This record gives sequence, C-alpha cells and structure tokens, in this order.
Amino acid sequence: MEKENDKNEEIASEYSLKGILKEVLSYKAGVASLVILCFFLGLIVYTVTTFPYKEAIYQWNSSNAHLKRPRNAAPLWWGIFSGKNLPKNINITFNSTEGNPVTKEFPFNYDDFPTEINIFFKAKYSGSPPIVKIYWERPDGEKIILKEHTIRSEDDTLYLNNDFSLENKLNSEITSKIGSPIDFSITVPRGLFMKYSDKLDVLKGNYKITLETEFANKSDSLEGELVVYGKLYGIAGTDHLRRPIHIALLWGTPLDLSFGLGASLSITVIELIAASISGWFGGAVDSLIQRLTEIYMVLPFLPIMIMISLFYKLNMWSLLFVVILLSIFGSGIKTTRAMVLQVKTLPYIEAAQAYGASNWRIIFLYIIPKILPPIIPNLVASVPVYVFLEAILALFGVLDPTQPTWGRILEDAFQNGALYKGYTYWVLIPSALLILTAISFSLLGFVLDRIVNPKLKEL
Amino acid sequence: MTLFLTVLIAVYLTIVIANAGGYVDKIAETEIRTNIAMVMRENPSFRNLSSEDQKKFLESRAQHELRRRGLDQPFPIRSLYHLKNAIVLNLGRAMYMTSDSGSTLVKSIILERLPVTVLLFTTATVINFFLHLFLGLRLSRKYGSFWDKLVISLSPSSVIPGWFYGIFLIMIFYSWLHILPSGGLVDYPPPSGTIPYFLSVLKHMILPLLSWIIASLFLGIYQNRTFFLIYSTEDYVEVAKAKGLSPRQIEYRYILRPSLPPIITSFALSVISSWTGAIVTEFIFNWPGLGQTMSQAISYFDAPVIVGVTVIYAYLLTITILILDIVYAILDPRMRIQG
Repeated sequence: MEKENDKNEEIASEYSLKGILKEVLSYKAGVASLVILCFFLGLIVYTVTTFPYKEAIYQWNSSNAHLKRPRNAAPLWWGIFSGKNLPKNINITFNSTEGNPVTKEFPFNYDDFPTEINIFFKAKYSGSPPIVKIYWERPDGEKIILKEHTIRSEDDTLYLNNDFSLENKLNSEITSKIGSPIDFSITVPRGLFMKYSDKLDVLKGNYKITLETEFANKSDSLEGELVVYGKLYGIAGTDHLRRPIHIALLWGTPLDLSFGLGASLSITVIELIAASISGWFGGAVDSLIQRLTEIYMVLPFLPIMIMISLFYKLNMWSLLFVVILLSIFGSGIKTTRAMVLQVKTLPYIEAAQAYGASNWRIIFLYIIPKILPPIIPNLVASVPVYVFLEAILALFGVLDPTQPTWGRILEDAFQNGALYKGYTYWVLIPSALLILTAISFSLLGFVLDRIVNPKLKEL
Repeated sequence: MTLFLTVLIAVYLTIVIANAGGYVDKIAETEIRTNIAMVMRENPSFRNLSSEDQKKFLESRAQHELRRRGLDQPFPIRSLYHLKNAIVLNLGRAMYMTSDSGSTLVKSIILERLPVTVLLFTTATVINFFLHLFLGLRLSRKYGSFWDKLVISLSPSSVIPGWFYGIFLIMIFYSWLHILPSGGLVDYPPPSGTIPYFLSVLKHMILPLLSWIIASLFLGIYQNRTFFLIYSTEDYVEVAKAKGLSPRQIEYRYILRPSLPPIITSFALSVISSWTGAIVTEFIFNWPGLGQTMSQAISYFDAPVIVGVTVIYAYLLTITILILDIVYAILDPRMRIQG
C-alpha cells in the first residue's frame, strides 16, 4: 500500500512546480529568462511597496510638481557615453534670515551650458513687497547686476531664460567685449557661463550669486531658490513636460505585465475550453465554433481594437476585456482542437464514458488536464504579444493618457520627435524594458516547450 | 461561397460594434444632409427663401430621405442597410479628411492609399516566404552545425514585432548614419520621370522591409528547417536515396514538395496576423498607406474613415485567405480533389 502511494507521488511530481523549475534551470536560456523575470518581480515589489499608485498618477498628471526639473534631460548615467561632462541640476537656496545681503558660491565645472536658469521666491510680507537685487560674479572676477526685481506675489518665479531685457543686455556687453563678430547667438545661460571669446566655451570655476533684499517691514522675510537646470537628471531622464520618466517605467512594469499576463492567460484558458467543447461534442456545436473561428480570422483585430477604444473611451482594464473578447475564437482553437480529437480516442476516456461520467466531467477533468501541458509554453510565449499590443494602442493614442505605462513613454517620445531630435534615451529605455520582457517570456516558453514536448529535443 | 458568408458576418459585426456608439447612423445621416444641402444650393428657386425656411425645408427633406432609406427603422433592420452599403463599398463621406485628389468620399480616400499598402505588404510577404524557404532548406542540410545552432538560439528574437525593430532601424540609419530616409513614400519634392521616382520609392522601402525581414527571419527559418527535417526522415526519401538520385533531386521532389502544405499553413497564419503589424509599421515609417490613414483619422476623430478602413481590412484579410487557399490547392493535389 505504501509503495503504491510512493509511486503515485512520483508521477504527480513529474509536473510539480519544483520539478519544472529544476528542469528549466538546466537550460542556459531558462536561467536567463528566470533572472530577468526575477528582476521584474523585484521591480514590481519595489514599486508597489514604496511608490503608491495614487502618488504616481498625481505626479504623472500634475504640471506643477516638476517645475524644478529640467526639460528633456538624459539620465545621469547617460553622460558616461557622451564623453562630455554634461551639467547636472544645481539647486541653491537662500533665506533672508541668513543675513542680508547673502552670497552663495557654487562650482560649475561642466563641459556644456545649462539649459535654463530660474529663481523661485517665497515671500512673506505685509504692505509693500520686498525688492531684490541679484548680482552675478564670474570666476574671472566679472560682476554683473542680473536683475532688480520687485516680488509680485507670495510665490514668485523669475524665468531668466525668457527675460529679453537681460538677454539684450548680455548680448551688447559681451559682443562689445569680444570685439570680433561671432556666429552663435547668446542666450541667458550662455551669456552667464561663457568665456568671453569668439568661440563658444564654458568658463569653468566657482560662481557667486548675491541677493540683496530691501524689505518694507522688519517682520518680512524672503526665501529663494536658484535652479540651474542641467542636461542630466534622475535614473531615467525627464520628458518634454519635465516629468521624470522613471515614474512611468516603474508603474509601467506592473501595469504592462499584468495586462500581458491577464490577456494571454484568459485567452488561452477560454480557447482551451472552447476547443475542448468543439472537439468533444462534434456535430453542430463543432461546426458552429469552427465557423466562428473563421469569422474571427477575417475580423481585423487592430482596427477594431482602435475603433472600440476610440469610440467608447475605455481605460486599460476594460480594454483588456475587449482584447479577450476579440481573441477568444482565435486561430489557437484549431490546433488545440486537433489535440482534443487525438485525446478523445484514448482508452481512459472510453473508460470514463463506460462508468457514466458526464460530458462536462470528461471535458474538465480528463481532457483539459491532458492537453494543458503542451499549451503552457504557448501561454508564456504569448505574453509579450499583448505587452506590445499595449504599446501599439498607446502609440495610436487611444489609451487612457493618464496612466503611466511603457507604451505611453514611447508615444510621448514619438509625438515629440525624440527619434529625430536625438533624445535617444527617451526611446531606448522603455524599449529595453519591452525587449527584456519579450525575450524573457519567449525564452521561458521555448524552454518549457522543450520540457513538455521532448520530441523537440531531437530536432 | 462560405468565404463570402464569412466576410458578410465579419463586416456586419464591425458595423454593429461601431454603431453601438451611433457612429454608423451618423455617417449615413450626414451624407443625406450634405446631399440635400448641395441640391438646394444648386437650385436657384431656393435662393429667395429665408434662411429659416431653408433650414426647415432641409430638415423635412432629410427626415423624408431617412424614412425612404429605412433609417428610421429599429436597429436590426437599419443595420442591414448599413451592411449593404459596406459590402458595395459605399462608405459615406469623411468628416474632415480628403483624398489627395480632393474628394471627401471615404471610398476614394481608401482606394488612393490601398495600392501603397499592398505594395509594401506583398513585397515583404513574398521576400519573407522565399527567404525562409531557401535558408530553411539550406540549414536542414547542415543540421547541427554552428549556423543551425545560431538560428535556433536567435529564434526567440521574433517575439519582438517588426515595427519595434523599425524604431531602431530609424535610429541607426537615419538619426545616426544619415544614409536612409526615416519614412514616407518618395523624396520631397517627388523626382520627375518614372525611373528616378521608382528608385526613390525603393529607397524608402528599404527600412520598412528590413524591419519586417529581421522580425520574422530566425523563427521562420527555424520552423521551415524543422518541417524539412521531419519530412527528410520519411521512408520514401530513403528509397530515393537508395535509387541513387542526386541530393538536389531528392530535396526538390521528395522533401520540398510534401512539406510545402504545412509550411504554407503556418505561413498563412503569420501573414494574417502580420496585417496588424502592417498598420503599425506604416505609422512608424510614415508610409502613406491604410495604416497611416487610420492614424490620421484617429487624430481627426474622423469616424467614417475609421469604420471604412476597418471594413477594408476585413476585405484584405479575406483576400489574403482566399489567395492562400488557392496556393494551397495548387500545391496539394489532395485538396483539389476534395474541392
């Protein structure tokens, strides 16, 4: 009796999770795919635990949360490839309680100019507003009055890039200093950080900025923050709306993968059931399901998807439902049905019929478990198809734009000409994640296929 | 005949889906109103009427026309009217878009773009088919060699769709190397003369074609090679070898011929699913075909065009299946007899 039990366990363990894992790990491709999947799993756990979805949605759709971030900045590690020391963001804070006037010094040793320079003020005053005088001192000892500014409200910002009077002032001063004609335009960041020569070069060294404030009342106070916007920011850079791309990368992982897994899992299961019913019952049911699959073959999947999501303004999850609805009678049914027809003739099915098992019992307990193993590899391998489908729908602009996904980043990148303007990081990083997903699932499917269909090993 | 029924039902489904939002009804109604307004504009006797009366007249005429065409009927009957229109390609008028010749008929917009799509799609399909066939055959001869193993290990690369490779090709050949155009059909301005025009189109086709070829190359070769290997172990191949036939003869007569039907079947499935990829590829490469029309229609929210393009794709898929059925019948005599 005991021995028999042992035997049963052995047979059962053939398809146990542990057994499969062991076999998968015996392939190099299997190891690679599991490593990548573990990486994604870690990323999902990290995202879900440390970065609440609400917060991500708020940051992704807010226009004010990113004012102090540069526009279209490459990721920090990108600088290694460019061979140049590209500027990073510099933030310097002032407070009128530190003294008046207050001077701050900061080094600027980068090879390129900053993209923008803004000063954010926070003032508290009663009566007439404070007046700020801003001085700029360069490493070569040159001292300029940047601006004399009357604070306009409690939250005030000086956008120096858009300040045409400053730009004109810098232009006339610098051209007169250089003397010879120049073939580049002088913008505010260039004017403040360039060497006074006819070649465009950054003057490296320590810069000083001084704020001198005139208060109307003694109780008034002023806080300021100078932001010198760089060309590098964060681990994944920023987009055209100054949003850090890593928000969408992080939350795109659980969203995209659950979209892909959800679609492929439910489609495979429904196809399996439909194929089993079709193969087992035969006759009118069979021909009905077969005709339906033929009609589904002719239905143009993507245009209909686009049409539906455009006309009905669906979000990702109702769209997932539509994807499933549009794929349940897919071409997978034909191959699965052929397998069902083979299984149908096996003796154990006949035995089940002999003891009076119902049709549904036979389908769900005897046929489906038998044909499930060869289908699992297809299930795994088709996950990337639906992840890419998300990207396609996002590219056509029919997905909910408030949801941060990988496809969303690609769409933004495309709309803003990232391919042509050289913002390659914007396309490459989400693409890399998409490729990693595709490769890991397809490798895993490939390996599983070899395990459950040993015949393939010979070829 | 069954195929025709299939298309009928597929188009009907498309219409029902589209009309659940009321869009197809709106298309029909807009067309009626435009027609009546045009007639009124051309008839001088209406000019004396005040704009108020003109509006009233237009309204009553439109209601009449709607009733005459049966558009006031309940949806099931109304949908049959839409079906008839779609089948005869009477797709209504576009709301905003026009064809290059200035027509607002959805039909002429689509017919203008269709050849461009078919050109790219068929070229890619034919190239892929023969490439997979011959490379697969060569590889099956060198079973177990380095190249064989390389193709097997690279075959998972085919899960990445063609349009995605397209992005990288644009980055490499346009943004970085500046040797090929990033998209479009011809140079701007189009070169005069047939041959320069043709060459320019060819130059613009390189990248889209390349993206499709790369995407399916390794998996296609791998699948075909496997089919060849299965058929090369058949007994009649051994007999042919024993008879002393040359390897070439054996290959063409006894391996290639019988393995073509399953190859065509798997190829047919990939062609049908690649229509989806075609739409996106056109979008990425700015190829002025149906896929790009679709994306333009999306940005204008031009419902008639979207519905029209969807219907046309249903036809294209049917035609693809029909052609593949015919090819199948030619290659496999057994199918011909079953007919």
